Amino acid sequence: MTQSNESPRWDLIIKGQTSLFDLRFADVWHYRDLLWMFVKRDFVSFYKQTVLGPLWFFIQPILATLVFTFVFGELAKISTDGLPQQLFYLSGITAWNYFADCLTKTSTVFKDNVNLFGKVYFPRLIMPMSIVISNLVRFGVQMLLLVAAMAFFALRGFDVQPTWALALFPLLVLIMALLGLGCGLIITAVTTKYKDLSFLVTFGVQLAMYATTVIIPLSATPEQYKKYILLNPMTGIIEAFRFGFLGKGTVTVESLGYSALFAVVVLFMGVLIFNRTEKNFVDTI
Amino acid sequence: MSTVIKVDNLSKAYQLGKIGTGTISRDLERFWITKVMGKEDPFLRIGETNDRSVRGTGDVVWSLRDVNFSVQQGDAVGIIGKNGAGKSTLLKLLSRVTSPTLGEIRIKGRISSLLEVGTGFHPELSGRENIFLNGSILGMRRREIARKLDEIIDFSGVERYIDTPVKRYSSGMYVRLAFAVAAHLESEILVVDEVLAVGDAEFRNKCLGKMQDISTGQGRTVLFVSHDMTAISALCNRGIVLKHGMIDFHGDVSASIQNYIFDTRKEVEGDLNFSNRAGDGTLKVEALTFDYGKIYQSGDRVTITATLDRELTPDEYDKVNLFFVISNSLKKVVLTLSSKYAPFDAAARGNKIVFDVPSLPLAEGLYTVDYWMSYHGVFADGVKEITSIEVLGTDFYGTGYMPVPRKHGEFLVHHKVALKP
Repeated sequence: MTQSNESPRWDLIIKGQTSLFDLRFADVWHYRDLLWMFVKRDFVSFYKQTVLGPLWFFIQPILATLVFTFVFGELAKISTDGLPQQLFYLSGITAWNYFADCLTKTSTVFKDNVNLFGKVYFPRLIMPMSIVISNLVRFGVQMLLLVAAMAFFALRGFDVQPTWALALFPLLVLIMALLGLGCGLIITAVTTKYKDLSFLVTFGVQLAMYATTVIIPLSATPEQYKKYILLNPMTGIIEAFRFGFLGKGTVTVESLGYSALFAVVVLFMGVLIFNRTEKNFVDTI
Repeated sequence: MSTVIKVDNLSKAYQLGKIGTGTISRDLERFWITKVMGKEDPFLRIGETNDRSVRGTGDVVWSLRDVNFSVQQGDAVGIIGKNGAGKSTLLKLLSRVTSPTLGEIRIKGRISSLLEVGTGFHPELSGRENIFLNGSILGMRRREIARKLDEIIDFSGVERYIDTPVKRYSSGMYVRLAFAVAAHLESEILVVDEVLAVGDAEFRNKCLGKMQDISTGQGRTVLFVSHDMTAISALCNRGIVLKHGMIDFHGDVSASIQNYIFDTRKEVEGDLNFSNRAGDGTLKVEALTFDYGKIYQSGDRVTITATLDRELTPDEYDKVNLFFVISNSLKKVVLTLSSKYAPFDAAARGNKIVFDVPSLPLAEGLYTVDYWMSYHGVFADGVKEITSIEVLGTDFYGTGYMPVPRKHGEFLVHHKVALKP
């Protein structure tokens, strides 16, 4: 070994065994331009591909609202906290959709990008992060729908009462994004090895929605099930969301704090697992 | 000169067979043994070298094993080896697409790799937008791309279509644009896979020129993987020959190419048990040795030895006619060698007929060889497509000007040219 007159400084060391906490956030920062390029790509390609463009964003929540109104409102006659049924369901669906989109789209990151990831290195975390940001566009458009629906009911004479909790809106979006991202990261990492789990995801997300207050308000939930519904970190967010925009819902510091803490813990675990998987997933997928 | 890449004991193990069944239990077992009991990983211990032709017993294969080398700044290193020798694995490790099982790579300076041109191109986006997207994926900052945008567009030669979605591009234009982005990367070390194998001859030469400029003109370090020995010898000054995941040779580029070609030559042997054998069998070829096997360079000396099933007297040999028919990849016969085309020696006897071609005149390409033999005017023995041979391009004329493959014809002949009054 002759290493006498060589400077011992290396810019990059590629090793097999690295620490679990070697997360290379500096790399992510260096590639921040790429994050915006991906967001822009998603946005532009979506507009160019469809004739109706963002109109598609409206169709799903409208249809879901109509179905819920019919099934749960008309047939099952479940209480909607005194709100017009359409507004009640639409607000829940809008918030839930953002979380669900973030989760399902990030949960297939490895599978969808095998070709790209197999050819070039960039911090893989950029990809799910860009998805969460791209989804904000869709969420924004659906929010317009909600606001339009609120205006419509206000004109029809219903007293729509936004409250102080509207100020929490950015925080709620952030928690939903982190929660969706965290769950998605864990799922995408696990499904590279155990592929069958991916079948559970869409199904599981559907089921999870019924364990929140999207359909049944907390006030109408039987007492013995309440604690389970409250265990779902999305419950606090949807309640706060509804309270902010429509004035009905249960907001407590505990429930929001629980959601935020849950999101941070899940995200942290997600990043660790994702980071562990990204190094070798090309070999196993 | 300083070392910019240092590779120590680099190894990469791959699992053979189906990944999925039973992996949860195996993962648990592995976790128990390595983490809880602190022993060596049992699934790595049974590994073996990567030789496709030998069927191993374990289900872990070492695609790379204990690879050590270092690269000096400004070197252009050609990485050579047969399919499955570990070239791609080495590239993947260098580009951080996957990580090594053991060992490490240390790198000084920025490293970019081009395992493919146009990675991440989106068909709906315009050429300009794709330059930014692809550049960002390759690690360029936005400002850097904006500064070089004109240069990139100019190099690609697709100015007219730069605001058209790339889905409307011809494949040639697509590749040009993609290579243009890659060629303007500013990293000190560039790892390049066979991206030059695409595009027309003119653009190919432009790419080669650009790569040469990057390594010799700008003093940057290039690692280049290719099957194209012509490109390797034109571009590189050093070579690494990989074989079964280990380094077989490391040194000067021409020595590396010689080493690689010689190694593939040793492998061909014929023991002729072919079911598609024709003829009445009154005289048979028992073994056929292409003294050099499967890969040649234009201008090489080629010796073919046909060992017969018995010794021939001069009288008998006079009644033998042995042909070798060489066809190109379109199945068109390009050359026939025959024992009747050479002067008859009335004193010779033996059981080997030896053909000696002092300088192979074939141009770069893949060829197949048939042989057939008549005895006393009757078809005695023959096999179609007994082997294929690959001819690699080379500086045949010694002038540095090389014939363009497939475009300049099938043959190379030495000729004199003079300017006269």
